[in-house]
Amino acid sequence: MSTLDSKVPEGAMADKWENHKFSMKLVNPNNKRRFDIIVVGTGLAGASAAATLGELGYRVKAFTFHDSPRRAHSIAAQGGINAAKNYTNDGDSVHRLFYDTVKGGDYRSREANVHRLAEVSVNIIDQATAQGVPFARDYGGLLDNRSFGGAQVSRTFYARGQTGQQLLIGAYSALMRQVAAGTVELHTRAELLDVVKKDGRACGIVTRDLLSGEVTPHSAHAVVLATGGYSNVYFLSTNAMMCNVTAAWRAHKQGAFFANPCYTQIHPTCIPASDDFQSKLTLMSESLRNDGRIWVPNAADDARSASDIPEGDRDYYLERKYPAFGNLVPRDVASRNAKIVCDEGHGIGPLQNGVYLDFGAAIARSGLDTISEKYGNLFDMYHRITGENPYEQPMRIYPAIHYTMGGLWVDYHLMTTVPGLYSIGEANFSDHGANRLGASALMQGLADGYFVLPYTIGDDLAGQLGNAAVPTDDPVFTTAVAGIEDESHRWLSVNGTRSVDHFHRELGRIVWDRIGMARNRSGLESAVSEISGLRSEFHNDVRVLGSADTLNQSLEKAGRVADFFELAELMARDALQREESCGGHFREEHQTPEGEAQRDDENFAHVAAWEWNGTDTPQTRHREELTFETVALTQRSYK
Amino acid sequence: MSGSNGETINVTLKVWRQADADAPGGFEVHRQAISTDASFLEMLDLLNEELNAAGREPIAFESDCREGICGTCGVMINGRAHGPQKATATCQLHMREFRDGDEIVIEPFRAAGFPVIRDLAVDRSPLDAIVEAGGYISVNTGAASDANLTPVPKVASDHAFDAAACIGCGACIAACPNSAAQLFTSAKIGHLGLLPQGQAERWSRTEAMVETMEDFFGSCTNHGECTEACPKEISLDFIALMNRDYMKAKVRNRALTAQR
Repeated sequence: MSTLDSKVPEGAMADKWENHKFSMKLVNPNNKRRFDIIVVGTGLAGASAAATLGELGYRVKAFTFHDSPRRAHSIAAQGGINAAKNYTNDGDSVHRLFYDTVKGGDYRSREANVHRLAEVSVNIIDQATAQGVPFARDYGGLLDNRSFGGAQVSRTFYARGQTGQQLLIGAYSALMRQVAAGTVELHTRAELLDVVKKDGRACGIVTRDLLSGEVTPHSAHAVVLATGGYSNVYFLSTNAMMCNVTAAWRAHKQGAFFANPCYTQIHPTCIPASDDFQSKLTLMSESLRNDGRIWVPNAADDARSASDIPEGDRDYYLERKYPAFGNLVPRDVASRNAKIVCDEGHGIGPLQNGVYLDFGAAIARSGLDTISEKYGNLFDMYHRITGENPYEQPMRIYPAIHYTMGGLWVDYHLMTTVPGLYSIGEANFSDHGANRLGASALMQGLADGYFVLPYTIGDDLAGQLGNAAVPTDDPVFTTAVAGIEDESHRWLSVNGTRSVDHFHRELGRIVWDRIGMARNRSGLESAVSEISGLRSEFHNDVRVLGSADTLNQSLEKAGRVADFFELAELMARDALQREESCGGHFREEHQTPEGEAQRDDENFAHVAAWEWNGTDTPQTRHREELTFETVALTQRSYK
Repeated sequence: MSGSNGETINVTLKVWRQADADAPGGFEVHRQAISTDASFLEMLDLLNEELNAAGREPIAFESDCREGICGTCGVMINGRAHGPQKATATCQLHMREFRDGDEIVIEPFRAAGFPVIRDLAVDRSPLDAIVEAGGYISVNTGAASDANLTPVPKVASDHAFDAAACIGCGACIAACPNSAAQLFTSAKIGHLGLLPQGQAERWSRTEAMVETMEDFFGSCTNHGECTEACPKEISLDFIALMNRDYMKAKVRNRALTAQR
């Protein structure tokens, strides 16, 4: 075990980033065009980074496995994006956003990164607005804000219920502008299957063309992974069907440490699962909690329909337990409480697997039109999926896995433990600690891509001036290409009996049951052995039909699910070793008498970063100690 | 619980299979029992499980978010792009829209600009080419002024949003008898052209995007099938706005050129 150096600059918290920007080395404009940078992923983080690096004059190659950069899952984010603009004059500031994020993360994030995030948050809103992102406006034509879970100020900018879509279209249009300008070379339907190193430094990647099956090496001076999170390890999640951990995981196997894999976020407001064929879960924006009231029947197994249950027989359990924050408690608290009431038999709906989110009072107070203006598209989506009309009866909701705070370990420069290899957005671990606040994912993705990485990457590249990129006929590339071609053929030749999806679904069940909303030692220990057993079954009994030289979706999924298996085992190990509860990681052995998460700051105020040692040897756990110089560690309270 | 009755229906599926762009395609018939709570694509997932178990290659079809926002999915269902339910992308269509005994014909999006890749998957990359031609506001990162410096009338912002809601699925083109891309292109142009930020490049943008569109797609003859098929119900008004701007752009850009 070693201790990792986060390279956080010296100085007062509020001055670190500003001073550091001055002390970093620069690459002069004429030299930028001598550097090739690969950016993998074109969601908010990847598209904004590729566009910005292109504008600066670097030669950028951007990769997406979708048919278009605009498909990335950032597009599905509904609620909004935080920024410390204080346009509402309600007491917000950079310091308050910073403080709320550190506290919301249950004191498991790196203070300096979070402060920088809060500082650049204001620039994101300016940039997006200038690009034409149609944020909500008031009648004076100025930007409107709303409040969001975990905050007592209104700092969330939003674009109806489609904020992610609009921000991504902004970043995508900036990217396409650079494609037109020739500074960015765009590769679509190209999936990263390996990261390539030479003499310990990242020098490129290997991709597979998803239409022709061709495996191709790409060389560069630096590689940036913006490939999102790993929620789909649970099979059922709110992530898009194709979201996966493969790029991050393959980087991990090349030496990039993987940090805090057990920090996963369960989103409190999703549509409950309805049957076994369910392919994914659908999120209902957390912003609904601004106006919706969450309740369950007082009596267990109450089979009456919602309208037949009088006020006196309802338990608005969040308002009861957390009067200060009420329905706006952070996600982990809201989720855990939903689980508690359902476990106690108060769950509603045909499978008793949900709680009510009721707009009756809000509609009576503000009128149908106001509610429809705010949430119309969400209500329509709910109606289409469930066949129930939320204007007339309360929504049924239940928590589902939604976001992963863990990811590739990065230092203050967003560089992984492999020199020249960076990770940004949800793919890295850095800013959200053990729990992410609502409307902070879009903020972090765009902060990294627009305003952080474009500065920090130059500091490292300046030292590479004069070094040519490694040629793609170098043995490091040819070996990697051969390895990936072999992998495809291996899947096609197993010729087992069950589909990739079958194994993925089974894996998801284990991960949800054992490493879900509540975890305990014996469950986690069983998870390790169950996952490893199922993994060998998968490798021996999976059936992947077809060939490697056409569009073959089963073949694509096989590689992704194989990586999920390895990740799942690490998640269980990480959760076992973290003998405390914090944020999204709730160990039943570690709770306060009131059932809240009980941290152990003395022993666990650190990041756990895992080093790959080969397929059959458990990873080594390293630490980055977290020091809190600005925010005092306290028991989180939302009462 | 209304709607969640989990009734099972039996449907006959006629699914288009085609090995690649150049191969001849044809229909394959499958019978499927399915819960009305299932989504349309979950029904295809189930069918693929059964095909795989029988040693037959699964049907290739594209989808990703399954929340109707990424625009990845899209097939012709009984001859209609995204199927029978109004304002609903394929992934949001549920089997409660069908009846026991229904025959459902499933084909890829049919348009000259969208060659078939395999089975139900088509190539929609020309849509990116149209955006690349000018679907952006030129503002480098860091060059923006404070967001509230320029008030935007709420009505303009809302109107721009109605256009910006486009998910780029291509249903408008698949639904059009001429395979025209006017609704898609006008949504992009309308979004940026209605905002104060988009004015500087309004005319050059319109000209470049329209002309790139014409390289790939057919001509608009005002059938209106596009807006009927659009999962976001984007209005034909944007086409009118684009046409007007295009006419103006031709005059205006010429005038600007003459000044130089």
